[in-house]
Amino acid sequence: MVQKLGRLRESPSQTAGPYVHIGTNPNFIGINGVYAADLGSEPVPAAVKGERIVVTGHVIDGGGNLLKDALIEIWQADADGLYPGRGEHRGTADPAFTGWARQPVDGVTGLYRFETIKPGSAPYFDGRPMAPHITFWVVARGINIGLHTRLYFEDEETANAADPVLGRIEHRGRIPTLIATRSVESGVPTYTFDIHLQGEKETIFFDI
Amino acid sequence: MRNENSSYQDGAFFQRDRAWHPPAFTPDYKTSVLRSPRNALLSLGNTISEMTGPVFGHDMLGPLDNDLIRNFATTGDPIGPRTIVYGRVLDENARPVAGALVEFWQANAGGRYRHKKETYLAAIDPNFGGCGRTITDEEGRYWFRTIKPGAYPWPNGVNDWRPAHIHFSIFGHAFAQRLITQMYFEGDPMIWQCPIVQSIPSREAVETLVAALDREASLPMDTLAYKFDIVLRGRRSTMFENRKEGN
Ligand SMILES: [Fe+3]
Repeated sequence: MVQKLGRLRESPSQTAGPYVHIGTNPNFIGINGVYAADLGSEPVPAAVKGERIVVTGHVIDGGGNLLKDALIEIWQADADGLYPGRGEHRGTADPAFTGWARQPVDGVTGLYRFETIKPGSAPYFDGRPMAPHITFWVVARGINIGLHTRLYFEDEETANAADPVLGRIEHRGRIPTLIATRSVESGVPTYTFDIHLQGEKETIFFDI
Repeated sequence: MRNENSSYQDGAFFQRDRAWHPPAFTPDYKTSVLRSPRNALLSLGNTISEMTGPVFGHDMLGPLDNDLIRNFATTGDPIGPRTIVYGRVLDENARPVAGALVEFWQANAGGRYRHKKETYLAAIDPNFGGCGRTITDEEGRYWFRTIKPGAYPWPNGVNDWRPAHIHFSIFGHAFAQRLITQMYFEGDPMIWQCPIVQSIPSREAVETLVAALDREASLPMDTLAYKFDIVLRGRRSTMFENRKEGN
């Protein structure tokens, strides 16, 4: 016998199920009065520096159906590329910015929508700059373990071309699944990012 | 936010053991069939985007946020077995995860959720909302009070039922630790008949989601207690790191 390492094992994941909103967005489904607001749905305060953008899209299954029950969380750097919260040791991020938001897709249209700011560039572990990106985490009924992916911006062509993560992707034809297309809606830059869980256009998901 | 332990464990997170978690494609849980990615996940490892995470302060919590018996009630207590759930959030190095936001949601004692898309004929309980949340203390401890949820049928097989369970969402110290799971109750034979439970490959892994009845923590003539510890990914020690994280 040898000494035990004494490590524990991560609790196994289970699906968020169809009623995840009860826990995460109770006001969204009409459970009012428990929390003042749904956590993560608060608007980005006016004091936050950076270009205001909208990020929107659908989550689509392998049959081409829009999910009506998915929940999406985003996590991103501030306009200078610094992360709020824990784990950022390069400096102090914009104190007005939380960096995190959470929205359910609409129960009828399946559309999700975040009003946020465009993030700055943060470094890869070897110091090379990563192109501006937003981390996405998707859960829903039928998804057994939360799916991690990244949104990159169509109008960051040069930065995207040099991005060390995109550069590692062997199947070059799948890179467009990570790139949000830009339009301008009511004067606001709007990035559309559809997430395909399966099929021809399956989004690249990461093991992080 | 650095603390005294930061040099000890500021490194990248241990690789997630995908054989321990349920795979994406589990056809006996039918909804997974069209919602499971078929390509291999792209191994990214941790960059600063995954090693950082949002902070939630105790000041965001209301006084009843961890009391599901009282946080929605208007005309009296909800119907059902009065239950305490308590435990710790730890990482794989068995260290407490302090300041972790833990959110939970569940059906009422009859197995009915308060959700507009829920159609099970069991009665809505006018005094039960079914949601709560708390933040772990310095030792990683959390607790809340609720009523024990009932089992419920769901459209999968012709006659599939979920065992009594409470859903948990946990934020650790980094987005890489983000986890949603479910807690089951000791002694429930229905655990072993559920296709969602069976999406987890091993019985050993399932057992880590079964809360233990704790008579010693129960309140006499009042409330039964269950202990449920949650483990998030551990991280390497920076003293062994062979790369700088930009600081
Ligand atoms: Fe459930």
